[in-house]
Amino acid sequence: MIIAKRKPVNEIADMVAPYKKVTVVGCRSCVAICLAGGEKEVKMLISALKVKNRKEGRKQEFDGLVVERQCEKEWIKEVEERILDSDLVLSMACSLGAQTIGDMYPEKIVFPALNTGMFGVPEEQGVWSEKCVGCGNCIIHTTGGICPIARCAKSMLNGPCGGSSNGHCEVNLDIDCAWYEIHERLKLQKRLDLIEKVNPPKDWSTAHYGGRRIYTREDAKLTQHQKKGKEAVQ
Amino acid sequence: MKSGSNLEKILEGGTFGVTAEIGPPQSANPEPLIHHAKMLKGKADAFNLTDNQTAVVRLSSIASAAIIMREGVEPVIQMTCRDRNRIALQSDLFGAAALGIKNVLCLTGDHQIFGNEKGAKNVFDFDSISELQVFDTLRREGKQPGGQVIKDPPKVYLGCAENPFATPYEFRAARLVKKVAAGADFVQTQAIFDMKMFEKWMDEVRARGLDKKVHILAGVIPMKTAGAARYMKNKVPGMIVPDEIIDRMKKASDPKEEGIKLCLEQIEILKNMKGVHGVHIMAVAWEEIVPRIVESSGLLPRPSFK
Repeated sequence: MIIAKRKPVNEIADMVAPYKKVTVVGCRSCVAICLAGGEKEVKMLISALKVKNRKEGRKQEFDGLVVERQCEKEWIKEVEERILDSDLVLSMACSLGAQTIGDMYPEKIVFPALNTGMFGVPEEQGVWSEKCVGCGNCIIHTTGGICPIARCAKSMLNGPCGGSSNGHCEVNLDIDCAWYEIHERLKLQKRLDLIEKVNPPKDWSTAHYGGRRIYTREDAKLTQHQKKGKEAVQ
Repeated sequence: MKSGSNLEKILEGGTFGVTAEIGPPQSANPEPLIHHAKMLKGKADAFNLTDNQTAVVRLSSIASAAIIMREGVEPVIQMTCRDRNRIALQSDLFGAAALGIKNVLCLTGDHQIFGNEKGAKNVFDFDSISELQVFDTLRREGKQPGGQVIKDPPKVYLGCAENPFATPYEFRAARLVKKVAAGADFVQTQAIFDMKMFEKWMDEVRARGLDKKVHILAGVIPMKTAGAARYMKNKVPGMIVPDEIIDRMKKASDPKEEGIKLCLEQIEILKNMKGVHGVHIMAVAWEEIVPRIVESSGLLPRPSFK
């Protein structure tokens, strides 16, 4: 899922200070699970901002709400009135949610309350780690199920480098060396031959480096007729 | 001959080789390079010009090489994958070859977190092994990874580094197999302090027949202080410095002399180790000591092919 972290309250307070009516919009999806922008976090942020405003003698009106998935137009549509009724939308979703609202209502100003970090997984309560960078051409079947693009600081395809120290990464000795892990995993699976052959350079054009990616599936797209019918129902 | 470089002639001719390192200055001033080139001329077969080592911004490796060549000193340029994508790496290789540079060391590169521009965006389009493979294909077939075939490919002698002291230890000789398969002609190892561990790695290297396929230059670092030894043990990931060595440096009345003595002892062992084809002396910020170390090791005069 997408892992995000809330910006410091002071930074958010400075961002929103010029606006009278602020609608804070959380999301029940990834950011709720990583404890950054769910229902509870929306309430907590609003009370923190209110406390700060009381101390500093600033008057602002806050409205807080949470949508199912902020990256999907249908869910935003349901709260359209409260969005339009604000001077500022403060999104507590990942950047995808914030951008979805912004794209739907271009006249509305939408600010991010979170820093969107990574594709990651919860390792244990309160710990999330990055495991994918969305390169668009998965190779983990050749690396023991461990992604070196995301988990090696140098995204090496022929690691480990000379900085692998006691199985840790030279960049941060608290982090496991991805290629050390790959070696151990492949050894366990008796597939070490995979690590002993030279991996040629990767074609990065499927990653972000090829420009903004838009995936389409013709068979899933609605026809003009179907689109009209859907609009009529709504 | 792949490049006709002095280093290639030495190593392919079976002579015990000597390479050393010159660190380019952190400025636009060429004088320190000229000074070191004059001082070191004839004291080693070729000199590595580091490429923004530890990610600290320095005068570029290729420009430094061109400067020392004017003094009649042969360079080994280092090309890391940290700062350049495949377009820039190939372009710089062409440029270097056009300037007359013949020895190229392929490296993945230290991460920018260690340097003085921590906010930099890194590249790592290649790693050292894919870089070797691409450069080797270029020099042999003139074929670029994108598929284009060029006329007048670069004639270069290709090297790499390898660290026998990084984990997993059991994979380090296998990783050299990959570098040889990718096209490496010579390898300069990480600095050796744990000689027993290095010998173990060499056993595996010989068992795989690698010493017959690639020229192994064993890395040494002369140390000035016990602090330097401790620093390398504790702060440089992938480096192993046994406590006996730190103790010896600590107890020495003249640590500099002890450091030189230690380095000479290491070179003596390496000279007699089967499969080792030379030494690579990394006198970090102590280039002045290189002539004395080479001389005292009985490795002077260096053969000349002119």
